This record gives sequence, structure tokens and C-alpha cells, in this order.
Amino acid sequence: MITVTGATKRFGDFLALDDVSLEIPAGSLTALLGPSGSGKSTLLRAMAGLENLDGGSVVIDGVDVTHVPPRRRGIGFVFQHYAAFKHMTVRDNVAFGLTIRKRPRAAIRARVDELLELVGLAGLAERYPDELSGGQRQRMALARALAVEPSVLLLDEPFGALDATVRAELRAWLRRLHDEVHVTTVLVTHDQAEALEVADRVAVIHQGRVQQVDEPLAVYDRPANAFVMGFMGSVARVGDSLVRPHRIALRRPGGAAGVATPPHGDGVVTVPATVERVARLGSETLVELVDEAGQRFVARLPRDEAEALGLARGDSVEASAPRDPATADFIDYSI
Amino acid sequence: MLALGVVLLWVGVVVALPLAALAALSVADGPLGFVRAVTAPGSLAALGTTLLLSVAVALVNAVLGTVIAWVLVRDSFPGKRFADALIDIPFALPTIVASIVLLALYGPESPAGIHLNNTRAGVLVALAFVTLPFVVRSVQPVLAELELDAEEAAASLGASNWTTLRLIVWPAIRPAVISGTGLAFARAIGEFGSVALIGGNLPGVTQVTSQYIAQRIEVGDPTGAAAVSVTLLVIAFSVLATLRLLARGQRRAVA
Repeated sequence: MITVTGATKRFGDFLALDDVSLEIPAGSLTALLGPSGSGKSTLLRAMAGLENLDGGSVVIDGVDVTHVPPRRRGIGFVFQHYAAFKHMTVRDNVAFGLTIRKRPRAAIRARVDELLELVGLAGLAERYPDELSGGQRQRMALARALAVEPSVLLLDEPFGALDATVRAELRAWLRRLHDEVHVTTVLVTHDQAEALEVADRVAVIHQGRVQQVDEPLAVYDRPANAFVMGFMGSVARVGDSLVRPHRIALRRPGGAAGVATPPHGDGVVTVPATVERVARLGSETLVELVDEAGQRFVARLPRDEAEALGLARGDSVEASAPRDPATADFIDYSI
Repeated sequence: MLALGVVLLWVGVVVALPLAALAALSVADGPLGFVRAVTAPGSLAALGTTLLLSVAVALVNAVLGTVIAWVLVRDSFPGKRFADALIDIPFALPTIVASIVLLALYGPESPAGIHLNNTRAGVLVALAFVTLPFVVRSVQPVLAELELDAEEAAASLGASNWTTLRLIVWPAIRPAVISGTGLAFARAIGEFGSVALIGGNLPGVTQVTSQYIAQRIEVGDPTGAAAVSVTLLVIAFSVLATLRLLARGQRRAVA
């Protein structure tokens, strides 16, 4: 478990962390999610001891490590750009932490083999980092961090430098790995989809402060403030209600709704609107609409539903959305 | 093709032709003459002095040059840009001027009370001055390019600063340190101007090979001068080639 209390960090005039307190439960995979410059990486580096706090404390598994150097914190750290030891083979990279601890050679060899198996690099032990793909290098970096059996694993935008396909693959792989290894893990990312997919808790960070800490879907569905709502995904304004685009139901005036996404809760807002554009994204269809007040918004429909409605530019529709009490306060939020 | 031709012509006229002429001159009295010229007591003494002092100054540079490069890259302090610019001065200053300055500072009239004139220590200081930039300027860009990530990763894995320096930083800068040291050595064995005044040109003590060669020319023995020169060249070339192999020995240290 990691407990950060009142963490404050300045870089010159810039306040990177503003009295941040956060608890990372043991065994969890927590995402620190925020836009660039939000302070999320600084917070992670402060947990690792790579950044010294101006104020506040970091406690790992009950030990106050605020003034303990990184090498004695029992952490594993994975960097965005791999931080590979370029002059060492994959095996020597992974073995590094054990080698400097002067573990017996045979034990190191066995442990490294086991880790390379775990991260799927078993055949590549004698390669050099520049002979690996980006995804392989990052898996090597993970194995290297895990080799020393850290009490916490800290990942700083670990998939940020990879292309989309590899990134998606590694995300799923990281989730499975965490289910196997169960080490307390903190993942820094600016990608909300990544946080939602991989993490079991999400801390949204903005302007050096924690905006909300919750389960992934809760952050998406019940954002604590307008920033979190906007950052977690697109937002549509239907009449005076702010909703996620997939919660909007469309129907032709007087006709039945497509496949029902029956709005529920404390009442329903319905506005007449005109279709501006229909974008088919494969499994989903985006319908861009403009209401009578000239307000634009986007509805996101399952493809079958959109096809049943057969919408085209210029069609008149009625758009309904639930009136969401959670977001009623954010009505000033500009989309 | 044109570019290649220009390069070959230029290298030929500026480097190869004079070297060939020198080599030809050196054996004008036959192979035996060559050997006699090189093994003359004065020649051997000068070569010994030159090699001893050049090796010493190269080693001093290897250590201090690396430390200076480190400070210039990693530390920030007021006047850093000025200090950085200062490093190149030995390249720009006529070396005889350096010798005058050193003589004024450490000579018989030394305001600091340090008298190094006519001593090997004086020659060493002069050589250290002129060869200072080589290691600094070879190591500096490599250090600047070095990713801090790798050092932080080592620290997170439990490495002390010393361990990180030894296992992560050193392998990366080693080729640059070696090549800079080699250049400093090569420059030192050919140095003339800066040692001229402070060294005092004492045969067997402070006379370096370049001074011995100049002496041979003055006494009307250009062939002997050429023979000793060629010997000096061969030494410089073999040292540079060896160091180059050594630097490459470890696979892609800065790949």
C-alpha cells in the first residue's frame, strides 16, 4: 500500500503538486490519469523517490520513505522510453538488480529465465535492446523491474511511445500480468481508455490536484466535476442536460424509438433536432445533430439501431436523454 | 565521384605526399642510417622523455577531462558558459604564447613561488595545458546525449551512485574517453611550442623529441631529423589505432 499525504512540489513558479493526498490499496492497479502537465508523472516520481517533495510524505507499506533514496524504497519503475541499458543483453538487463545484490549466479539465471518466460521474451535473452521492437523493450523493462520483487510497481506512461496496435496488446497483457503477479501497481497515463481498460481504480489528476478517485466506470458515469466529465470522454448537451453520447436515444417524430435505450432516472429531456452528419465508425454510428436553439451535439448509437432508423442529413428527429442529477451542477460546462 | 576525387586529391597533396617525402628522406642514408639516427643516445633520451610525459599527461587528461566534461554537462553554476568557452582557449592560443605565460607564472620569477622551469614537471604542465580540450570535447557531447532514464532505472533497481557510474555511465562514455585520451597523447608527443621556453631544452632531462628533431635540422642533419620524425609518427599512429580497436572492443557501447 502507498499513502501519499499533502504532497507538494514546485518547479520554479510552476506548482506541479498542490497538497496531494492519495491512497493506493495493496494489490490494486491504480491509474493516475490526467492531461500532460497535470502533475501525474511528478506524483509517480515522488512515490519512487526520483523527485524530492517540497512538502508532504510518502509511506510505502507502513514505512515513511519520504527521505529514503529510490534504491532503498523497494520499488520497480518502468519509463516511457524503456530506459534500457543499451550495452547489456536482455538477460543482463533483467538480471541487473539481482547482479548488484550479488545473488548467486545460478539463482539469478533461474529467476531471469522465469521472468523472460513471464513477459514472453524467452527466446531473446542474448539479444541487445536495439534488436528488440518497442513493445519487446518495454516488456524487458517490466521484467527488469519485477526481478527485484518490488513491493510496488510504478509505470510512467509505459505504452506512450508505442503504436496503437502494440499499445492495445500490451494493455491487455499488463492486465493479465497483474492478475498473475498481484503486485501493487501505479500506472500513469493520459489516455482515459487505457485507464478504464487496465486499472481497477482511477485517480484523475488536474492542475496538481486529485480531482476524483474511484472505480473506472464510476469516474466515467459519475464524474465529480466538469473537468473529470470532459476528460473522461465526450459529452453531449441535450436541452439542459449533460450526458454521455451513448445515452441519447433518437426517434423519428411521432414514430417509435429505434431499439430502446430507455432513458430512466429523474425524468427525461427530449428536444427536437436536425441531423447534420452521420459517421459510421464500424460497430458504432455517430450522429451529429443541431437542436432548434442551434446547439450542436453528437449521439452515439449502436450500428444496428442507427441502420434501423435510416438517418440521413437533414432528417428531423427527437433526441431524448436522461436528466442526470450527477452532472446537473456542471451545466456551465462548455463543450 | 567528383567528391571522391576532390577528397583523394586534397588528402594526397596535404597529407600523403608530405608523409611520403618524409619517409623517403628518412631512409636516404639507408636502413642502417635510419636505425643509427633513431638509436643515437640523444634521440633515445628525447623519445623516452617524450613518451613518459605524454603518457602521464594523457592519463591526467583522461581523469580530469572526464570530470570537467561531467561538471559542464550535469552541474549548473554561475559562469558555466564562460568556463565552457575557456576550454577551447588552448586550441586557439599560439603555443609559444602559452609557454611564455607558463614561464612567467611558474618560472624563476614566479609570483606564486613555484619554479618549474627546466623541469619535467614544467613540461608536464605545458602539455596538460595544450591537450586539455581533447578529452573534454570528446566526452561532453556523449554525456549530454546520455539519457537520465537509464541512470534513474539503475537507481530504482537498487544501484548506488558509484555502481550506476561504473555499470551504466562508464560503458557509455568509455569510447569517447579513450579516443579523447588518444588524441591528447598524439598531440603531446608532437608538441613543440609550449614546452620550448619552460622546459629549457635540457638533453636527457626536459628535451622532447620535437626539440631534438629541431636540433638535428639546425646541425645540418635533415635525414636524421626525418628518421626520428618517422619513428614519432609510427608511435602516434599505432597508439591511435590500438585505442580505436580498444574503444570498439566492447560491442556498441553507445549504440
